[in-house]
Amino acid sequence: MILYLIVPIIVMILYSFNQSHARLPVVSFAWQGFTTTWYQQWNAIPGLTPAFLLTLRLAFSTMIVSAVLGTLMALALVRYRYPGKAFVEQTMFANIAAPEIVLGASLLGFFITLNIPRGFITLFIAHVMFTVAYVAITVRARLSGFDRSIEEAAQDLGANPWVTFVRVTLPLIFPGVMAGALMAFALSIDDFITSSFVAGSTITFPLWVYGVVKVGIPPQVFVFGTVIFVAGLLIAASTLVFQRKKA
Amino acid sequence: MGASGEIDVRLDRVSKRFADTTAVDDLTLEVERGEFFSLLGPSGCGKTTTLRMIGGFEEPTEGTIELGGRDVTDLPPYRRDVNTVFQSYALFPHLTVFENVAFGLRRKKVSKAEVDRRVKESLVLVDLPGYERRKPSQLSGGQQQRVAVARALVNQPKLLLLDEPLGALDLKLRKQMQLELKRIQQEVGITFLYVTHDQEEAMTMSNRLAVMRHGKIEQIGAPEEVYDSPATEFVAGFLGASNLLEGEVKEVAGGIARVLVDGGAVLRVPEARMHGRGVSRVRVGVRPEKIRLVADEGEASSARNSVTGTLRVATYIGVSHQFTVDGPGGRTLTVYQQNMGTDPIPAPGSGVRLEWEPEHTFAVRPSEPLAEWEEEQ
Ligand SMILES: Nc1ncnc2c1ncn2[C@@H]1O[C@H](COP(=O)(O)OP(=O)(O)O)[C@@H](O)[C@H]1O
Ligand SMILES: [Mg+2]
Repeated sequence: MILYLIVPIIVMILYSFNQSHARLPVVSFAWQGFTTTWYQQWNAIPGLTPAFLLTLRLAFSTMIVSAVLGTLMALALVRYRYPGKAFVEQTMFANIAAPEIVLGASLLGFFITLNIPRGFITLFIAHVMFTVAYVAITVRARLSGFDRSIEEAAQDLGANPWVTFVRVTLPLIFPGVMAGALMAFALSIDDFITSSFVAGSTITFPLWVYGVVKVGIPPQVFVFGTVIFVAGLLIAASTLVFQRKKA
Repeated sequence: MGASGEIDVRLDRVSKRFADTTAVDDLTLEVERGEFFSLLGPSGCGKTTTLRMIGGFEEPTEGTIELGGRDVTDLPPYRRDVNTVFQSYALFPHLTVFENVAFGLRRKKVSKAEVDRRVKESLVLVDLPGYERRKPSQLSGGQQQRVAVARALVNQPKLLLLDEPLGALDLKLRKQMQLELKRIQQEVGITFLYVTHDQEEAMTMSNRLAVMRHGKIEQIGAPEEVYDSPATEFVAGFLGASNLLEGEVKEVAGGIARVLVDGGAVLRVPEARMHGRGVSRVRVGVRPEKIRLVADEGEASSARNSVTGTLRVATYIGVSHQFTVDGPGGRTLTVYQQNMGTDPIPAPGSGVRLEWEPEHTFAVRPSEPLAEWEEEQ
């Protein structure tokens, strides 16, 4: 099972070091010897680096905005009672369950109707829309086991509601916020379906890769893929260490 | 310890209604500066709600709350010079003991050196020096409790609220912490308003206490007053075993009321213990340890109250004897008698006489019987 999960990753890493000719046909990969050429020439393919940077920018902004909005949503869901609350909750799950292709198509229709020019903004709106529910759900899980008297204790000791939130509530739900934010980042960075609908003429990394598949994938793609993977590993490891330290 | 006569807390006709329950019902209460004052009552009687209104966590539906002469009814908790020890301790799990205790001082922008000094001091006060760097999860229940006390006291509030702070501890630790809290209160001289459903705890710790039921105060007084002269049947029963006899007040004269008990005897009750009742039907009572049980022979001493009955059960408990007696009017009476080893013990079934001093007699207002959910005291 673990092999099943790990094989594509290993293949990706291997091919980032493969001494193949650039632009081999996709299907006929073969190991031709070790090289770090592609790491040195990471910037050699026109269009790839800008697409990759755009995707990173998009993923970061999506992560931050989704983390904030998702946390607020979770607070609204757990802390307050209001009419239509059940509806909001259902919508959140529906949002996750709905096929992305349908969401993408309807969003496109929506943007066209409102006459919003497609590009980074529409990508960003779309990505926040399909990631925010994940944050809301992970944060909600932290909040529902929350002992409210801890916040009362903070107020009792002179903390106004804002200080209480920053000093007590937020640190305690932060692991949930973090988990949701990383999920949002991961979902955003490799999203293809929704992005393909709302990108207009803007090219993200997945869109670029898809565009060149028929011609042949340059090894630099594997380089970027490997970099993302290693960065992900480092983040995961550092959060682990961080949490160990805190406990 | 010594209460100063200055009023620190004043609740004036305070009520709190939730959707379908009245948790606190037209409650008026004054606590003096430096007092150890307890709210005592069965669970669900409104103690926590009262405390939460003083802390600022609930808004009274009606009435006003004053702290140190200032109306704070509408102030949020963080603007009140009051600190709370929560029943669940409510320590900040992500902060060290030091930061937990320092939390209030940091909000007041106290200088770093001063924070250091005061946190250390209050950890010494609660007997936890050297625990600064631990997390709450690394402490035992008793230690967490001490941190909660230190965290509140370090702010030198005018008033400390404690909601069943020892409820989660086992009996032995609880006894120890009762003494600790009492010592701390005497040392710092801060007013303590203490909530408990444990009558023994309230009596050993308090200067004064209020017995609550159904959101109302049944009686306020020093522990001895409330125990020896309960005003209501409920208070009599809640603070310990008591023997109640139904009767009719015949006359009140010279500071003494004469009550004709159903089934014969005339009992004398000090007027001060009639709680303002005149000629009427009353219940009179006496605590089991105030009674002397003797064989029913010879003349009853005319200086004492006495009733006759039949001894049902004699239980030997070592330090004392416990007797159950069928008394006048079909009432069952209980007697605790210290085991002096001198008095002969009458045989069950024999006639006995119960005697006690008139000043140990009290009259109570009848109460509805305890509901089932109130019974766990
Ligand atoms: N937030 C609340 N909402 C509804 N009812 C409540 C609330 N808090 C307390 N009550 C009710 O008020 C009554 C008094 O509760 P409480 O003050 O907690 O009693 P105690 O502390 O003496 O056990 C109870 O009947 C309780 O169910
Ligand atoms: Mg309570």
